[in-house]
Amino acid sequence: MRAADPAGALRGERSESALVMLRLVRRVGFYVFIVFVGAFFALPMVWLVLAPFDAHPTLNTALPDFTLGNFGDVLKDPYALTSLGDSILLAVGTMLLVVVLAAPAAYALSRVRLPGRDLLLYLLLLFSSIVTGTAAMVPLFLLIFDLGLTDTHLGVVLVLAGGLVPAGIFILKDFVDSIPTSYEESARLFGASSFQILRDIVLPYARPGLAVIAVWVMVNVWGNFLIPFILLRTPSSQPAAVVIYNFYTEGGQADLRLISTFGLLYSIPVVVMYLFVNRRYGFRFYGGLKG
Amino acid sequence: MGASNAATVLSKRAAAAFVAPAFVLIAVFLIFPALWTLFLGVTDYALTGTQALHPQVVGAANYASALSDPRFLNSLWVTLLYVFGSAVVGQAVLGFILAWAFRAWRGPIRSAVEILVILAWIIPGSVVAFLWIAFLDTKEGTLNGLLGNAAIPWLFSWPLLSIIVVNIWRGTAFSMLLFGGALTTLPPSQLEAARLAGASGWQQIRDIVLPSLRGHIMTNLLLISLWTFNDFAPFLITAGGPNFATDTLPVYIFRNAFRNLQFGYGAAISTIMLLINLVIGLAYLRVLRARD
Repeated sequence: MRAADPAGALRGERSESALVMLRLVRRVGFYVFIVFVGAFFALPMVWLVLAPFDAHPTLNTALPDFTLGNFGDVLKDPYALTSLGDSILLAVGTMLLVVVLAAPAAYALSRVRLPGRDLLLYLLLLFSSIVTGTAAMVPLFLLIFDLGLTDTHLGVVLVLAGGLVPAGIFILKDFVDSIPTSYEESARLFGASSFQILRDIVLPYARPGLAVIAVWVMVNVWGNFLIPFILLRTPSSQPAAVVIYNFYTEGGQADLRLISTFGLLYSIPVVVMYLFVNRRYGFRFYGGLKG
Repeated sequence: MGASNAATVLSKRAAAAFVAPAFVLIAVFLIFPALWTLFLGVTDYALTGTQALHPQVVGAANYASALSDPRFLNSLWVTLLYVFGSAVVGQAVLGFILAWAFRAWRGPIRSAVEILVILAWIIPGSVVAFLWIAFLDTKEGTLNGLLGNAAIPWLFSWPLLSIIVVNIWRGTAFSMLLFGGALTTLPPSQLEAARLAGASGWQQIRDIVLPSLRGHIMTNLLLISLWTFNDFAPFLITAGGPNFATDTLPVYIFRNAFRNLQFGYGAAISTIMLLINLVIGLAYLRVLRARD
């Protein structure tokens, strides 16, 4: 800190107007920077908002030759609607599995003291962010093949859930830690079983945490490309993340009308989910991310 | 918190029953595949040919051929540049600047920029790839249009820089949100005192904010480095090209395992990737421990 340095004295020597000028230049520079950053993030998205309504879209961003016909054409595509259904199935299925497995585990780990518990959780968290990505794609493919789950949604759900459960436990445990044990103690005195305590006392209190996990899992699965790309072979069972890529390569030429329109339809659910969470709970960070 | 009287709340047996299902799933679909990677890496397992039926243990042969393959060394170098440029420098610095600028600023402009940054983060990756392919297109792309029909083939002439910029666009939101949350934990009186003593914004950041947020900064750098290291997005945008300029390790593994069907070799590269990730993770844990 510079509590007693001569900066203050120096500053006093500057004339009033120079100081005002300096502040003005800083202010303008700051706004120029913010506008530049805003443009950097906005411009690539403009195409996604305009091209779906354009009768003859190109890669260019232009005011559309307005039409809603593209949406009708997307719905006619044999795989477009089924792929969105598959995405929903994978997202909801994985979400349910992660919540059902992570909630009791987080509760137990919060209430029982084990040596090395926190380190174990931390290592699992690190491990999961590494393995489920790309490093284990070969054994995951072989494992699902040997289990006879190739081309099934169950296989994708199991693999994705395996990678997401550690973080789910990690975040939920933080919520459970903040629930006082006195309620559980009195419930125990009245003869409630551990399962009843979990279901009737802990989970209702941890509801915001469960909601955060649920949305976080669904957004993750919704956008995941690699795992369904490797594990699902037939187009009719592939989710939107993979099917949009098929629009691209089939015939070599990208079908821009289908891609942009489908891309918009495919993006809207996660944007809506984000807005919902943001309104309801605020978009904050929990758990281990506190550092 | 509740740990001292835990015994009265939850028996060991009930706790084990609660933990078991989650750990079975983790063991089968997380731990086991990782261990299997280690084993496959020392075999010549392939999806076709005699090696498919009778894979042989070939010891360190896969590792030897990887280390002598210029394509692998190229991939390693490209990946390091990608991680350093887009995560460590790009996302972390831009995310911090935005969090700092937004810390005491309410208003429509701030909200608009914040939402745009977050949107870039939550739009599905496959869509992001198309957005940027369209944005950077040589003839019709928006960027070249803004530059007065410049017709610069961005993805061809500057492929690595392009995917680095895409990943900064894609991932800055995480750093911004994490640092934004972290900045609220700083006691405002501390910054106020520094400001009254004449410290400039940069001096406040250097002398007060950065030292206080070291834990958050390390957590952030670790996570975004690991995520970027394992990022598969370059495959969707440039497919590793042109001429292997964006051939990051995940793309390299995918090509060798699922296009050339050399599973053993792919697993060996995966093992190397796991080791590098492990080193990053351990180095981070050490720094965190040193802090306590």
